Amino acid sequence: MTTLDSGVDSLADVTSSEDRLRRFLLGLPGVDQVGAEARAATLSTRSIKTTAKAYALDLAIRMIDLTTLEGQDTPGKVRALCAKAMRPDPADPSAPQVAAVCVYPDLVATAKHELRGSGINVASVATAFPSGRSSLAIKIQDTKDAVAAGADEVDMVIDRGAFLSGRYGLVFDEIAAIREAAGDAHLKVILETGELVTYDNVRRASWLAMLAGADFIKTSTGKVSPAATLPVTLVMLEAVRDYQESTGLHIGVKAAGGIRTAKDAIKYLVTVNETAGPDWLDPELFRFGASSLLNDLLMQRTKLATGYYPGPDYFTID
Amino acid sequence: MSRFEYAPAPESRAIVDIKSSYGLYINGQFVEATDGKPFKTISPSSEEVLADVSEAGPADVDKAVKAARKAFEKVWGPMAGRDRAKYLFRIARLIQERSRELAVLESLDNGKPIRESRDVDIPLVAAHFFYYAGWADKLEYAGAGDDPQPWGVAGQVIPWNFPMLMLAWKIAPALAAGNTVVLKPAETTPLTALAFAEICQQADLPPGVVNIVTGAGRTGQALVEHPDVNKVAFTGSTAVGRAIAKSVAGSDKAVTLELGGKAANIVFEDAPIDQTIEGIVNGIFFNQGHVCCAGSRLLVQESVYDEVLARLKRRMGTLRVGDPLDKNTDIGAINSAAQLAKIRELSQVGEDEGAERWSPECELPPQGYWFPPTVFTGVSQAHRIAREEIFGPVLSVLTFRTPQEAVEKANNTPFGLSAGIWTDKGSRILWMANQLRAGVVWANTFNRFDPTSPFGGYKESGYGREGGRHGLEAYLAH
Amino acid sequence: MRKTYKLYIGGAFPRSESGRSYVVTDAKGKFLANASQASRKDARDAVVSARKAFGGWSARTAYNRGQVLYRIAEVMEGRHEQFNAEVAASEGLSISKARAVVDASIDRWVWYAGWADKLAQVVGSSNPVAGPYFDFSLPEATGVVAVLAPQDSSLLGLTSVIAPAIVSGNTVVAVSSYDRPLPAVTLGEVMATSDVPGGVVNLLTGSASEVGPWLASHMDVNAIDLCGIEDADEARDLEAASADNLKRVRRPAEEDWTESPGLSRLTQYLELKTVWHPIGV
Repeated sequence: MTTLDSGVDSLADVTSSEDRLRRFLLGLPGVDQVGAEARAATLSTRSIKTTAKAYALDLAIRMIDLTTLEGQDTPGKVRALCAKAMRPDPADPSAPQVAAVCVYPDLVATAKHELRGSGINVASVATAFPSGRSSLAIKIQDTKDAVAAGADEVDMVIDRGAFLSGRYGLVFDEIAAIREAAGDAHLKVILETGELVTYDNVRRASWLAMLAGADFIKTSTGKVSPAATLPVTLVMLEAVRDYQESTGLHIGVKAAGGIRTAKDAIKYLVTVNETAGPDWLDPELFRFGASSLLNDLLMQRTKLATGYYPGPDYFTID
Repeated sequence: MSRFEYAPAPESRAIVDIKSSYGLYINGQFVEATDGKPFKTISPSSEEVLADVSEAGPADVDKAVKAARKAFEKVWGPMAGRDRAKYLFRIARLIQERSRELAVLESLDNGKPIRESRDVDIPLVAAHFFYYAGWADKLEYAGAGDDPQPWGVAGQVIPWNFPMLMLAWKIAPALAAGNTVVLKPAETTPLTALAFAEICQQADLPPGVVNIVTGAGRTGQALVEHPDVNKVAFTGSTAVGRAIAKSVAGSDKAVTLELGGKAANIVFEDAPIDQTIEGIVNGIFFNQGHVCCAGSRLLVQESVYDEVLARLKRRMGTLRVGDPLDKNTDIGAINSAAQLAKIRELSQVGEDEGAERWSPECELPPQGYWFPPTVFTGVSQAHRIAREEIFGPVLSVLTFRTPQEAVEKANNTPFGLSAGIWTDKGSRILWMANQLRAGVVWANTFNRFDPTSPFGGYKESGYGREGGRHGLEAYLAH
Repeated sequence: MRKTYKLYIGGAFPRSESGRSYVVTDAKGKFLANASQASRKDARDAVVSARKAFGGWSARTAYNRGQVLYRIAEVMEGRHEQFNAEVAASEGLSISKARAVVDASIDRWVWYAGWADKLAQVVGSSNPVAGPYFDFSLPEATGVVAVLAPQDSSLLGLTSVIAPAIVSGNTVVAVSSYDRPLPAVTLGEVMATSDVPGGVVNLLTGSASEVGPWLASHMDVNAIDLCGIEDADEARDLEAASADNLKRVRRPAEEDWTESPGLSRLTQYLELKTVWHPIGV
């Protein structure tokens, strides 16, 4: 276990060479799989009712990056998504708005136009999403195009091949380059935890991304299974907590893919609350990358408010 | 900053039907005690009286032993193993069917959080009956010879910390091996044993095979000293265990004892830190620390002392102390006023001896018996709080420099029940496990129990094992 | 030349620190020897030796311990005639019957030698817990075992109470038969001249009734075999005294030393340790 000196300066030391970076990452404490999963399972037993549930449902809605990332996406589809983002519940204007809409770079302009004045951000994937298998030049251009089109946030993917073959310097440099290309846009770094497989790797990749300049670390592209899981998110929350202890900087966490029910979302919020702490209970520091989750949150919200179970016909598809 | 306040999430009490008074369960019926004084059992979280319970006097104990003897000779002893098995399977099923009710009852009577009684205690109770049911017709493979015989009548005395689980640990193997039993639950936690008696009735268990005699020390003594009891099994304090060992001296009675502990939970600098913190917390705060195998001594490698303590304290800040029936409660009530007094006394001793005391901010309910999770730092082997079992949510923290020193400190105690090891290095795990004089060694985990896994102590933590094939051996004459 | 019969403690042959000795006669009452009469201080010293030897003896490989026990048998074989004479005289047997007893004793050492590296397989287990954990149970020696050896069976019985304790790694302090101590001393000589490390077996000649209570109440003795106590009340008192540190107690019983011993004494002085470890990536 490395005891880090306070301040960012000593961490700059760590990134001064690939060798130093590797030794730092490999020196991070390991994660026991069974123990981490058991902790996540215990957090899942929290029973969130009444006022606590109302708080959690609204917060979860406000944390959603409403997402469409399909080959068959069209401007029409994106417009429908944006409309839903701004008015999630047709019957209840008091339902909060989502945090952002997430699309491919070539649909950013459409989304930006639809969402103007709403306060909802446009997030764009970039860097040869989802595989990340392309040249750095192309990834940089991909990023610049998205930002030029108006993206407020960029969700990049790391080079998993490079990470798994131990070329941490390469992964670091790529993130740093995309950080620069993204300009003022917030950078989310997708680790693709399903491909990293071990929690030890997730911890290392989290630190690597944060050291390279991520504003958010994100679990998955949603195109690989498993995507976000509670234990993986737990490990990432531990990483941002520890990073904040070391540097004073708050980095956000986005759990994307596979979170479909309000019940699940609430488990994530409990985990955020009891791991990283209340600072992260904010769309500035925690996001859900999801699409069908929104309707389940809205249905639960309606049940809580009215007392009866609603049906899917009363909520819009996007 | 957003605050996520968990609203109350109480498990409903409506599922339990507690009678206003209970008799003794002897020979298949609930009967009135003849020469004992009834007492009350209360809910330690509210001090509310739950029920009146009978005290079994010596005449009642004698009646129960006679019933057990008769059942052993006429019914249970001659019964084929596969038929005994069927009763045990049936009991296991009934426990599963009534599991929510039993969990609520346990939390009410004992004070432990519903999450623990629901997710740990009761499932393990059913599992124990399932496991031993399967042994009943396979005794010749148990390692006690090819025609092993039961002892006869077993007298069993159990503690208040895991009332129904301790009952399962005692009754399941005893019955599987062909013995009949007379069991005395702890005086502060009789209700799940009495519910178990009802389950025996529902299972049509032949009368006299299981007898439950409620009472306190007097009743236990009468049972243990009864001349027609062949096998004594006791779980409780080392002091009482010692007294029992003395009292059976010179007799033919077989004895097994599961007594106290002061386990070392050893953390090395390369431990998987976040899971280790969970293991430390689980080790001493699970079940309010009312656990014989609790990791009550944290031995942390000096090089990582600051980091471990900082993380531990931060984690302790998220522990929720409160109503045992609230599903979000992590730490419930202390079982009794007497136990609370003991914990307070030893904690005061800790302070007086110069250790530093710390607890997170905790709002404790006004009624009931409560103690906040507490950690003492600056503790050394010479301190009483490093040697004596506190049996509460109180952790003593000591340091070490090398694996050898950790082993020496860990073993430097008359107890020897359990130990914990936290390190990422495989060979060190096995070396430490080899060196630690403890009956249960948890490496990179803690407080794990299973019906197949033998549990018991070295030295003054007792002798004999419960669970697994070895747990069965204790109930077979050999 | 007459032989002096001394105690065997820590691999050496001291006389009793009390300076006492007592007369040993043969079964017909004829003088055989003066044997050292062990005192409580001798018992105390023996326990110290046994405790000192325990760490090393229990840490040896099972294979190694088995080899050591086998060598005891080999060396005994070499002294067969001496043992025959001593057993015959002590127990009042004909030479041929005595020879059979010595044969059986040697065979018994061989039998126990073979158990050293098998106990873990027979007593231990891998436990199929309902979760992702590797869970195994292993037998371990309990520590220092006090043995009050049988009064009648001076070699076969003596062997049968010592061998099962040490094969698994325990160390022993034994008090021999009072009237028939000579084979025990010779057994001590066998041990000193084979590969048995000093302190693994300590043999005290003298009275189990005198020394027994000191061993039973000794807080650094982990287990006690009351075999040699013939009085029920005495046995009860020793068992009660043993309870102070929760010694593992073996009560006296009718024994037929010629029968195959089974596992009972082997497992008597074993602790069982169960280890858990998560299975994960």
